[in-house]
Amino acid sequence: MGQAFLDNSLWRNVYCFLAGDSSSCASRDYSAGLLPAGMEWLAFAIAAIIIIGLFVNGVLGGVIVLIWGERRLFGRFQSRTGPNRWGPWGTLTSVADAAKTMFKEDVVPADADKILFNLAPILIAAPALLVFSVIPFGIGTYVADLNVGVLFIMAITSLTTLSVLTAAWSSANRIAILSALRSVALLISYEIPMALAVVGVIMLAGSMSLGDIIVAQGIPFILVQPLGFFVFFMAAMAEMARAPFDLTEAESELAAGYLNDYASMKFGLFFLAEFMAEISTSAIITTLFLSGWRGFEPIPSHFWFGAKLIAVLFVIIWFRMTLPRLRIDQVLKFAWKGLFELTMINIIVTAILIAIWPEPTVRHLWYMAAVNWPVAILSIWLVTKLLGTPAYDRTQPDSNAPEYPVGSEEIPASSAYVVETSAQEGGD
Amino acid sequence: MAIKTQPVTVNLGPQHPSTHGVFRMRVMFDGEEIVDVEPIFGYLHRGSEKLAEERTYTQIVTLTDRMDYVSSMLNNHAYILAVEKLARIEPSPRGVWLRMIASELQRVASHLVATGFLIQDLGALGTPLIYAMRERENILDLFEMICGARITNSYLRPGGVFMDAPAEFWPALDRGLDDIVRTIDELEAYLSGNEIIFSRTKGTAVLSPELLINASITGPMLRASGVDWDLRHRAPYDYYDRVNFERILHTASDNYARYWVRVQEMRESVKIIKQCIEQIEPGPVRPSFDDVPRLIRPPEGDAYVAIEGSKGELGFYLVSDGGISPYRMHVRASSLINLTLLRDMLIGGQFGDLFVTFGSVDLNMGEVDR
Repeated sequence: MGQAFLDNSLWRNVYCFLAGDSSSCASRDYSAGLLPAGMEWLAFAIAAIIIIGLFVNGVLGGVIVLIWGERRLFGRFQSRTGPNRWGPWGTLTSVADAAKTMFKEDVVPADADKILFNLAPILIAAPALLVFSVIPFGIGTYVADLNVGVLFIMAITSLTTLSVLTAAWSSANRIAILSALRSVALLISYEIPMALAVVGVIMLAGSMSLGDIIVAQGIPFILVQPLGFFVFFMAAMAEMARAPFDLTEAESELAAGYLNDYASMKFGLFFLAEFMAEISTSAIITTLFLSGWRGFEPIPSHFWFGAKLIAVLFVIIWFRMTLPRLRIDQVLKFAWKGLFELTMINIIVTAILIAIWPEPTVRHLWYMAAVNWPVAILSIWLVTKLLGTPAYDRTQPDSNAPEYPVGSEEIPASSAYVVETSAQEGGD
Repeated sequence: MAIKTQPVTVNLGPQHPSTHGVFRMRVMFDGEEIVDVEPIFGYLHRGSEKLAEERTYTQIVTLTDRMDYVSSMLNNHAYILAVEKLARIEPSPRGVWLRMIASELQRVASHLVATGFLIQDLGALGTPLIYAMRERENILDLFEMICGARITNSYLRPGGVFMDAPAEFWPALDRGLDDIVRTIDELEAYLSGNEIIFSRTKGTAVLSPELLINASITGPMLRASGVDWDLRHRAPYDYYDRVNFERILHTASDNYARYWVRVQEMRESVKIIKQCIEQIEPGPVRPSFDDVPRLIRPPEGDAYVAIEGSKGELGFYLVSDGGISPYRMHVRASSLINLTLLRDMLIGGQFGDLFVTFGSVDLNMGEVDR
C-alpha cells in the first residue's frame, strides 16, 4: 500500500479497517483489521469497490437532488411553485420520474444500428462518472489524486461528444445528425479556450494535480484569475451544452436533437449524464477557482465544498433560466473571436506576473489580483465592443416611405406564387 | 480539396414543439443553411366557414371564437361589424365602447402571447413566456368578469355586446391597465436590450416594404417595415376616430422590428382603453329585441368589413340570401396571408432562425386552417 493512498482519508479508513497486520496502518491508531494478515490484497480490492460504489451512488443521489432543486428553482424563477406534490416540498418528484422512466417501453427504431444505439448511453454515462474520480470533495476525500488531474478532466469530458455522435449516427435520424454536427463544432471550438483558461491556474499552482491547486489557493483563484474564470465558465457552459449554448438539444429547433429516438432508461442515462456533467462542471469550477474545500475552521471542509458547489450550480441554473439560445455561427464566433483572445491576454499577463513573483505568497496573489482585475474588465469590455451587435442606424421611416395601396410594375413578385417543388423530392 | 456535400430534406412538424399548433414544413438544408422550404398546412381545418352556412347570425359568433383562439374578441368584432353592415343595424353607443375595450384588451393579450412565444422560439426556457402569460391571465380574468368566459368569449352581439360590465369590472380594469404597463416595462427592460435577443433577431428575415405590400401583408409585420397602414387610423370603424393613438412604425423589417412593434403597440392599446373609459356613457349595451331580434334576416346582398386585428387585417365577407343564416361566409385570415411570405423569409437563412422567423410572423394555426 503506497503512502499516497494512505494520505487519502477515505482509503485509509476503509483499508485499515479491513486489513490485518498491515505495516502501513501500524503507525496509526488502528487495531488489527477484520481480515487475517497476508490478505492485504483482498482488503485493497474491497476498499476499492466500496469507495467506487460510494462515489457512484453519491453522485447519482446528487443528481436526484439536483433535478429536484433545479425544478424548484425553475418554478421560483418563473413565479410559480414548481414540483410540490410528491413528498415534502416535492422532494420525491425525481424519484417518481426515475421510476416512470424505467418502466417505459424501450423503443429501438427499425433503421437504427442496434449495437451502437445501445452502446451510446453507456458511452455517455461512463465518462460523466469518471470525472468525479479526481475531484477532492474535502480534505482527503477523493478516489485518486492524479498528478495530471486537469489534463485527465479535459480528456474525459471530450468523450461526451463522441457518444453524442454515436447516438445520433446510430439512430438514423436527420435531426439527430444535425444536432450531433453542432455538438462536434461546439466541442472543437470550446475545448481550446477551456484548456487555455486553466493554463493560468496551472501556472500559479505549478501543478496539474487538483489537490495541489487547492493547496496553492491562498486566496481563491477567481480573485487572481477573473479572466480565466470568465472564459472557463463560459466554455464549460458550452461544453455541457447548457443554455445559452444548448444548441445540441435545442428544443424549439431540433425537438430533442440526438435524443429524439431514445426512450426508457436509455434516455434516462443521457438525462443522468447531462446532470452529472452539470455537477462535475460545478465541482471543477469550485476546485480550480473557488479554492475547493478550503474555508475556515471549525466548519468542516466537506461543507465548504458543498456550499461552493451549490452556489456555482445556482448560477448555472440562473443562466439557463434567463438567457435565450445563441445561433451556431454566433456561438462559434464567440469562441474563436472572443474567448480565445481573452485566454491569450490572460496567459500573457499571468506569465509576466509570475516572472515578477515566481513563488507567489498570499500577499503576492493579492498584488496579482490588483493587476488582473483591471485587465479583465478592460479586455472583456473591448471584446464586447468588437463582437457586439451595432444598434440600428434608423428606426423611423422618412417621408417617402411606400404607402400601402401601390400599384407598380417594378414591385418584385413574391416567391410564394412561384412555387418550385424541389423540396418535394427525396423526403421520407 | 472541396468536400462533396448534399442537401438534406427534413420534415418538421406537424408534431414539433414550436410550430405554434399543427404546421408542417418540409425543409431542405445545406448544413445549417436553409435551401428550400415547403409549407404544408390544413391539419387543423374544421370547416368553420361551411358550418356558418348552417347557423343563425347570432350563433356564428361562437364559431368565430374558435378561429384565432388567442384573439377571440377581435374575431367577434370583425364578424359583428360585418353583420351590422349587412343587416343595417345601428349599434348602441355603450355596447360599442365596451367592445372597443374588449378588443384592445384582446390585442394586448394576443401580442403578449406572440412576444412570449417568440422569445421561447429563441431558446429561452419558458421564463419570458410565463411572465407574458401571467399578464395575459389577468386580462382573461377581466374577460371572465365581463362575459363569464376566458378564451372562447362570444361576448359581442349584433348591435353591441350581450351584457353590461359589472360594477367591480371598472376598478379591476384600472388596476389591470397599470399591471399591463408595468409588465411591458419589465419585458422591455429584460428583453429589448438583451444582446443575445438583439444579435439573433437583427437583420434576419428582412422583407422589403414593396414585397410586403405586394403580398398583401398587413398588421405589425407591415408596420415593422415602415408602411403606415393601420385600419384603426386609415378606415376607422366603431369609435376609433374619437380616440388618439400613435401608429408604431419601424424601418428594419426584420425579426427584431416585428417584435418591437408588437411591444410598443401594447402600450398604445392601453392608451386607447383609457380614452374609452373616459368617454363611455351609460345606456343599453345593445338595441332592444324589437329593433334587433335574435333571428336576424338581413336583406339580400353582401358585406365585407375588415378591422385591424392583432395579426393584420381581419375581414369577414358575408353573403345573405334573405334567410336566417348566411349564404356564404369567408374570412380574410391575416395569419394565412402573412404566412405566404414564409419562403422569402426563410430561404438563405439559418436553421436556428427558422422558428424565430416563423414565430415573428405571429400566426395562429386555428386561423390559418379555420
